[in-house]
Amino acid sequence: MKAVITIVGQDRVGIVAMVSEILATNSVNILNINQNILEGFFNMVMIVDMSSSKVSLKDLQQVLKGKGQELGLDIKLQHEDIFQIMHRI
Amino acid sequence: MLTIQEILETNRMIEQNNFDVRTITLGISLRDCCHPDIKIFCQNVYEKITRAGEHLVRTGEDIEAEYGIPIINKRISVTPIAIVAESCHTDSYVPVAHALDAAAKTVGVNFIGGFSALVEKGYTKGDRILIQSIPEALAQTERVCSSINLASTKAGINMDCVREMGQIIKRTAELTSDRDALGCAKLVVFANVPEDNPFMAGAFHGVGEAEKVISVGVSGPGVVKRALEEVRGKDFSAVAETIKKTAFKITRVGQLVAQEASRRMGVPFGIIDLSLAPTPAVGDSVAHILEEMGLESCGAPGTTAALAILNDAVKKGGLMASSHVGGLSGAFIPVSEDAGMIAAVERGSLTLEKLEAMTCVCSVGLDMIAVSGDTSAATISGIIADEAAIGMINNKTTAVRIIPVPGKKVGDSVEFGGLLGYSPIIPVNTFKSDDFIARGGRIPAPIRSLTN
Repeated sequence: MKAVITIVGQDRVGIVAMVSEILATNSVNILNINQNILEGFFNMVMIVDMSSSKVSLKDLQQVLKGKGQELGLDIKLQHEDIFQIMHRI
Repeated sequence: MLTIQEILETNRMIEQNNFDVRTITLGISLRDCCHPDIKIFCQNVYEKITRAGEHLVRTGEDIEAEYGIPIINKRISVTPIAIVAESCHTDSYVPVAHALDAAAKTVGVNFIGGFSALVEKGYTKGDRILIQSIPEALAQTERVCSSINLASTKAGINMDCVREMGQIIKRTAELTSDRDALGCAKLVVFANVPEDNPFMAGAFHGVGEAEKVISVGVSGPGVVKRALEEVRGKDFSAVAETIKKTAFKITRVGQLVAQEASRRMGVPFGIIDLSLAPTPAVGDSVAHILEEMGLESCGAPGTTAALAILNDAVKKGGLMASSHVGGLSGAFIPVSEDAGMIAAVERGSLTLEKLEAMTCVCSVGLDMIAVSGDTSAATISGIIADEAAIGMINNKTTAVRIIPVPGKKVGDSVEFGGLLGYSPIIPVNTFKSDDFIARGGRIPAPIRSLTN
């Protein structure tokens, strides 16, 4: 199952590293990363494969959300299907 | 692969434009609950609803979390109580309303619909008992919703019931006068009622439906408004295309939620209701869509045409996005639940008469209209008769949810709270309809009913 991670917040050193480490620890594979800085704000969208994940989507949501709150970032993890169904026929 | 723009567009719709799934409604047949002893009947009803609906709220919350799409309400609709309670030896169905209320609280849904009767052609014993039980039932319960269908294109208008419902609405207002007649916000009178509508207060589980069924009502007026900002000044072809594309995207998400809820609960998927349902929140208004099309204020000349475009384009876009479409499907225009409508009434641009015209082209009818407490039962019946006639002749659903607030008059306003919102008291034509309403009987079915 694929999922989409979106991260928005104040830019700082180590955001990608932090998220990547959480994903690697839980055996979640990164398929695509798209990242930019807009007016000092960090924007990143990741598409990940959770088929070998050690944790459920809901548990990973909590981990990412918690870590995001520590660093002042808004981190969301959503099932990919909501985007697929809206934008692909 | 999805593009970053597509992902951000979806999340912007949710986070900034109030896109949500308005309701997952579980329809449950109560036809196997009948019993001559009302206590046993109520027990059967309670047990069946709590068993069938046990996982509804949790399933909704799981889907909401996994996909990141808010699902505002989880609700239950049941077979019209006038039908299933009819074999009870009793003269009041108020205890049934209590059983429904208790079941709703146990399951954790905020509304349960189906304290209903279908009387477009005439009354049965159960219909009479149910209608007389409405004021007390709505005054004594918190989550029960009631609806009456008193007209159809096929059957005409039951004018005895039109007269009676004016009185019932007044009585309901009196019994809930301590809460600004809140009972009337949970009571809706229909013509051509759909039997698979997932929205309250008019939801019930029709007699032609399966044992259990999942239906989903989508929403998203804010998303449509935002999309129309991109085509300012362009012609109506561009307006209609933009609404269609937006409605398609919104409905696809509704379809996903419905399929997931259906699969997880092991309950068949019924329909998606393609409705734009506003809330009092800023940026979630149908009136603001109409104003975005170029009207200074909702109610200005052109408003009915604007609503017609919106209603039609929403259906065209949504229809292709779902395998089964039903319910009310269109744009709702509830006054107290729409910040733009409220503002339009306050600034004097939107009147009851204009709202009536708008109901010819919207998905339902006169909805959440607060009027002066001294509005007579006959006047309310006259308003109901007019709406029923529009529905009957135009072969569409119409409805009246009107709230004569005791002690309030034009110039006052009333606060219902939450999704029900607030409203200024709307002026009503003061010329009398008493002799017209006193006639009773049936208005014959129109010529267009003879379609065979």
